[in-house]
Amino acid sequence: MQNGKTVVIGVIGADCHAVGNKIIEHALKEEGFNVVNIGVLSPQEDFINAAIETNADAILVSSLYGHGEIDCRGFREKCNEAGLKDIILYVGGNLVVGKQDWKEVEKRFLDMGFNRAYPPGTDIKLSIKDLKKDLGIEE
Amino acid sequence: MDAILLIDFGSTYTKLTAVDIENEEILATAKDLTTVNTDIMIGFNKAYEKLMESIGDKKVNFVKKLACSSAAGGLKMVAIGLVPELTAEAAKRAALGAGARILGVYSYELNKHEIEEIKNKRPDIILLAGGTDGGNKDCIIHNAKLLAEHIKDVPIVVAGNKNANDEIEEIFNSAGVFYKITENVMPKLNTINVEPAREVIRNIFMQKIVEAKGMKNAENFINGILMPTPAAVLKAAKILADGTDKEEGIGELVIVDIGGATTDVHSIAKGDPSKPGVTLRGLQEPYAKRTVEGDLGMRVSAMSLFEAAGTRRIRKYIPNTKYDIEERCKFLQQNVNVIPQTEEEYEFDEALGMVATEIAMERHVGTIESVYTPMGIIYSQVGKDLLNVKYLIGTGGVLVHSRNPEKILKAGLFTMETPNYLKPTNPVIMIDKTYILSAMGLLAEEYPDMAVRIMKKYIVRA
Repeated sequence: MQNGKTVVIGVIGADCHAVGNKIIEHALKEEGFNVVNIGVLSPQEDFINAAIETNADAILVSSLYGHGEIDCRGFREKCNEAGLKDIILYVGGNLVVGKQDWKEVEKRFLDMGFNRAYPPGTDIKLSIKDLKKDLGIEE
Repeated sequence: MDAILLIDFGSTYTKLTAVDIENEEILATAKDLTTVNTDIMIGFNKAYEKLMESIGDKKVNFVKKLACSSAAGGLKMVAIGLVPELTAEAAKRAALGAGARILGVYSYELNKHEIEEIKNKRPDIILLAGGTDGGNKDCIIHNAKLLAEHIKDVPIVVAGNKNANDEIEEIFNSAGVFYKITENVMPKLNTINVEPAREVIRNIFMQKIVEAKGMKNAENFINGILMPTPAAVLKAAKILADGTDKEEGIGELVIVDIGGATTDVHSIAKGDPSKPGVTLRGLQEPYAKRTVEGDLGMRVSAMSLFEAAGTRRIRKYIPNTKYDIEERCKFLQQNVNVIPQTEEEYEFDEALGMVATEIAMERHVGTIESVYTPMGIIYSQVGKDLLNVKYLIGTGGVLVHSRNPEKILKAGLFTMETPNYLKPTNPVIMIDKTYILSAMGLLAEEYPDMAVRIMKKYIVRA
């Protein structure tokens, strides 16, 4: 059953980890989302352009290679600039390198304007549950 | 004997090709100046007389007379989409593939100033796109409203988000706009669907544009002006590459057409990465792709060619020329009818042709970029990989009449100096010596198998 919501997903920056990306696509489709997967090696602009054309409700950004913080800077500002004012932004994966305190990392991404950030090893089901809540389609 | 007459009302010349359909041979070709400003049939009749003269005593019965046209400025179009790199680009590609000259590409919500600009450009058809199916529809509806309010007399092809179609229908109906709705040029993100829009554009061209350009009286004598000339060339290219149900094609190919004002490149190829480990990015490319470089030409566009290339790039091909490159280009632009006479003039024209080919190919083909990642270097490709294309074919007056078409076409090949451009590496270089490609595109409408066989016979190694 389609739930009528469109989500743009992709792997940001010079990151070519494709497996998790496919799993996320699969899991979201199972839950009835219309998934627009822009794939790996995606700059911020590609996420935003895709979201505009498809009238997306949320953007889920993955980053596996530790440079997520650099790649995600200014994302929310660019969304605002492009007219995607209230779009929901999530980010997850191995966002930073080294043993850093997750609470601090999460705060950094929330300060950047992401609605939610997920640490390594998060079950995608958890994120989908949050997403449904944030989009107001909780069953 | 039974024959078919194929006519190309070109911007400068009206070209006729008579095909013997019993023996599948070109009987004769002839041309004369196009006379669209007075009566298009004057130039046609002159060419027709020449044609009959060279056919001679043979008794010929023309069972069909088919035409294409790029006279009176060709098919002029404006393309409108949402995001510049996505639906606006897809709309542009659909219009190019339909054989149009693009006057402008617009994106996002139009403003009054842009509407005024579009009006002043006097397009023959406007292609309106925007949003994937189920995606954004605010933008295309906004643009439809503005168009309906301000530009009522230009036919509009709607090829955007299907969810917006009902509303657009209402807007255009109540404003009395002539419009046709067709499938979305980008139904899903990065997936292109240009054929339905191309077909609708071609139909409107046949129904309305031919008449608007004062060519209706030609239709009393011929069976129809079926399509714009570039669309006929693209059609011929496609059928030559793919073949038909009965006749085998020759495989993936690229066609270069250098003219006085523009340089066209057509490629019939999938363009998937030919090397392992390459990631494909961006908007999907049409299998049959046409690009037009309005700034690269031998005469009318000689100065813009100079500006695009610069002295050094042209001099690379003629290191010992006595000409000042810029002065000579200026001269050629002001004297568009100059035909080279001396060795030096020939060489200069050849060099211009080579630079036009080189740059037009660079703009047509895809590029590859190395991305440095923590996992090492990976490659990302945007556009078509044409490295392994089997044939490179030259057509158009400049190449057909050149003494050395192979040399000119070779300027469009892959080089290690610019390895990121995915140009053909080692294709067989062919030439459309009898200048029949557009005619064969027309013939293919009625006799596709024969068109393939004739092209295989008449398009020869350069």
